[in-house]
Amino acid sequence: MGHNASPQQNGVGEFHPRVHDAITNPQIRANFRKAMDGLMEKRQQAFPSDEELERTRELAAAIRLRALSKLPELLEKLEANLIAQGVKVHWAENGDEACKIILDICNGKNAKSVIKGKSMVSEEMELNHYLEEHGIEALESDLGEYIVQLAEETPSHIIMPAIHKNTEQISDLLHEKTGTQKSRDVEYLTAEARQQLRERFEKADVGVSGVNFAVAETGTLCLVENEGNGRLTTTVPPVHIAVTGIEKVVENLEDVAPLLSLLTRSATGQHITTYFNMISSPRKEGELDGPEEVHLVLVDGGRSNIYQDDELLDTLRCIRCGACMNHCPVYTRIGGHAYGYTYPGPIGKILMPHLAGLDDAKDLPSASSLCGACGEVCPVKIPIPKLLVRLREESVAGDHRHDNSVVKGRGAKRKGMEPLIWKGWAKMHKHGGLYRSGTGLATVLWGLLPDALLSKGMGAWMSCRTMPKLAKTTLHQQMKTRQQVQASDNNQRENAGDL
Amino acid sequence: MSARDAILNRLRHRRDGALTAPVSDFSVVTEKQWSDSEKLDLFQQKIESVHGEVHRVSKDNWLEKLKELLAEKQVKNLLTPLKAQVGVDTREALADGDVELLAYDQPIEGWKAELFSGVDAAITDVRSAIAETGTLVLWPDNDQPRLMTLVPPIHFAVVDASQLKNTFHEVIMSEDWVSVGMPTNALLISGPSKTADIEQTLAYGVHGPKELVVLVRQ
Amino acid sequence: MSSIKLYPPKPKKVYFFGTCLVDLFYPDAGMAGIQLLEREGIEVIFPQDQTCCGQPAYTSGYHDQAREVAAAQLALFPEDYLIVLPSGSCAGMMREHYPELFAGYPEEALAREISGRIYELTEFLLHVCHMQIEDKGEPVRVAMHTSCSARREMGLGDVGPSLLGKMAHVEVVEQERIKECCGFGGAFSVRHPEISEAMVTDKVAAIAATGADTLITSDCGCMMNITGAAEQMENQGQDSHFKGEHIASFLWRRCHGS
Repeated sequence: MGHNASPQQNGVGEFHPRVHDAITNPQIRANFRKAMDGLMEKRQQAFPSDEELERTRELAAAIRLRALSKLPELLEKLEANLIAQGVKVHWAENGDEACKIILDICNGKNAKSVIKGKSMVSEEMELNHYLEEHGIEALESDLGEYIVQLAEETPSHIIMPAIHKNTEQISDLLHEKTGTQKSRDVEYLTAEARQQLRERFEKADVGVSGVNFAVAETGTLCLVENEGNGRLTTTVPPVHIAVTGIEKVVENLEDVAPLLSLLTRSATGQHITTYFNMISSPRKEGELDGPEEVHLVLVDGGRSNIYQDDELLDTLRCIRCGACMNHCPVYTRIGGHAYGYTYPGPIGKILMPHLAGLDDAKDLPSASSLCGACGEVCPVKIPIPKLLVRLREESVAGDHRHDNSVVKGRGAKRKGMEPLIWKGWAKMHKHGGLYRSGTGLATVLWGLLPDALLSKGMGAWMSCRTMPKLAKTTLHQQMKTRQQVQASDNNQRENAGDL
Repeated sequence: MSARDAILNRLRHRRDGALTAPVSDFSVVTEKQWSDSEKLDLFQQKIESVHGEVHRVSKDNWLEKLKELLAEKQVKNLLTPLKAQVGVDTREALADGDVELLAYDQPIEGWKAELFSGVDAAITDVRSAIAETGTLVLWPDNDQPRLMTLVPPIHFAVVDASQLKNTFHEVIMSEDWVSVGMPTNALLISGPSKTADIEQTLAYGVHGPKELVVLVRQ
Repeated sequence: MSSIKLYPPKPKKVYFFGTCLVDLFYPDAGMAGIQLLEREGIEVIFPQDQTCCGQPAYTSGYHDQAREVAAAQLALFPEDYLIVLPSGSCAGMMREHYPELFAGYPEEALAREISGRIYELTEFLLHVCHMQIEDKGEPVRVAMHTSCSARREMGLGDVGPSLLGKMAHVEVVEQERIKECCGFGGAFSVRHPEISEAMVTDKVAAIAATGADTLITSDCGCMMNITGAAEQMENQGQDSHFKGEHIASFLWRRCHGS
């Protein structure tokens, strides 16, 4: 059985209860609304010319698609160049394997403390928990990630991890966990965090970072950031481990220029971030700083599966700017945590079903009004609404053309009454006569409310709306009457003419 | 089969068949070109918009301006390169002054604590600069290592107006980075270190320098 | 981001596809649309066997069923007349999604051909008919909500406001976050009622805050959603008084003076 109307009644999944908690929390609603309004405004200002925006998006989409079209070759080229430059390259089928690779590197160095730059892939594989379980301290150094870690939470946004909290909440948290004074002075709070983290940077044995773009042509790992913690993470500790998904590779060095420009402008409206850090090797002889060892861990984690399908492939173009969530009316209402997965918002809805399986992430593809705001702002033109519809189809196995689909958990939601209701609906709507005979009425309502029995569906509708009123006569009937009147008028005219 | 081979194998034997690479038209990037004076104005405007300082100086008076700024910012010591001309000139000009001259002349391991807590400011040159985004381009080396522009609270950068390029793309292509070969670390710096992670309120110097001071020599 | 589209000259005849929501809940809007077209000197053909474009099944993932129903609609337009719909959402379905829905089927070519003949009503009135409007109505203040399908899928965000802007006695006020979705989304509104409610409640508040007497929409789904919520909020004592009217009814009423 699919979801019933009221979240209180259904025990299916945990999405609805999480949504309920978020939506009824005025603080969350206010924090996200304010933040998203600001981010949308800033992005708007960063693209004064529609024409320039459109052409740059075309270019960026082409660059990403070109990279994907040569993905295996580019990964091998990236690997060969990095190895030649002294970087060690590792491959992991999934997050668990990647965690183990990183643990082995740490153990090989007898490392006790890891300092981390922001990395969504490391969130995806829950690296911090894994290292802690194995006796290695993993400390986040991006301020937002640090706050989230202190709060024992997960990021609620892929670019701004602590966006769900306001200053007062952060002040209280820092006070409670680190002993800073309570204050609404953001400069003071930031300076305190700087001091706390600087000490940790000095002592860290290993730095772990993500990668924004990996350039095959030159064997270069590119990191985009504002704070400088990414540079510290990749420069100060004696070992640097970069971890990334296999889709992050680009072909040529010049490709990063337009991608960087679109990434920062789409994400936060900045024309560029403070730092763009390009790493091609460990410390060379004679150099006075930088890690002695650099590792790259390439993680598949379901990506090569997405890669198999021409339509789903577009998902892998993503450069993780977060503009889709900033512009999403659903994300704005429920925030990042309600989704329950590493990647929230529209990109999460089209990515998580692959990473977690549709049987697990079954509620995500339907949690969209398909308004299209995400697709409109995506810097690499991922057709997100189209992919949402595709995943809805996958979740009910609704198109036999995709019966040999690669999607994990295909058909997980095809159960209960719904398939029968749609079959009935199709039968009625295939025949104009049946539709007109009045059965159409009920079936149209079914069309709107297919997921539950009619009364429950109506209950959901009427929780905040009045019942729509059926017209006394349909347009079909009105047009038929009109045609009959016209025909009889014409007849009369013709008869009159006969006289 | 290793993870590597298994992954590459799946990518090579794509279910929906081989993909074709679309054409990438870079004209939207390459057509961005400004005159020298426009470039300088744009560069300054962009750096200032992210809380950086720009001072226009001449080749003759820049050291005077530097001294003035060091005094104004109450810099007690300054990390300078030993070989780069900017460093040589700075050391000479400040030799008799109140500002203590420091050098990054040993591996970081030998003086990490001192660098992290005892250095007020550093001065470096740049490889080039980008007008479109107000960006300094650096290739750190033995003389001007990576942490020099990151750890001290103030970074002074000396840029010649003739080093200004239109875009990042132009820098990569005109300096032929691919053929020259990438350094250990190539770096773009656009303003002081900042964060907006606390309620979208900007705060500077969260991990790196709180101040970026650019002297443009005309 | 509407792309530049070349519009054909005004034709002598068109097909009219009423859509199921209009048929059952807002037939007057459909009739008004037909009369507006006839006022332009166009003969309107209404195929009696039309039912639904298939969108409800399509967006719910039941594409086999959507295709069955859509295939029945493909048979309704044998002549090469243009096809006009009083809904951006259904027009978007037929123009943007039919070709893919029938990819690999015998009907594929027909689906492509028909998708090229699909026009949303206001788009057709503005860009094909170059409609002249003599506003015979009393002064009125209205807000306009353009559906997301019309705005983003069809690129018609400016069309409704352009038509309203031609009316001498109509003041158009703009609600906050005008481009944001109203939260309808078809089955979304009952599958995720709490999110949908949060969205529509904000939308109603934004419209009410403009002081508009009437909300004009060109999509009946949005209208049913927004006015239904406004009525409920009004019943619960909130000040959300405005009525909803389909743009076709509004245009016809004011041009016709009734």
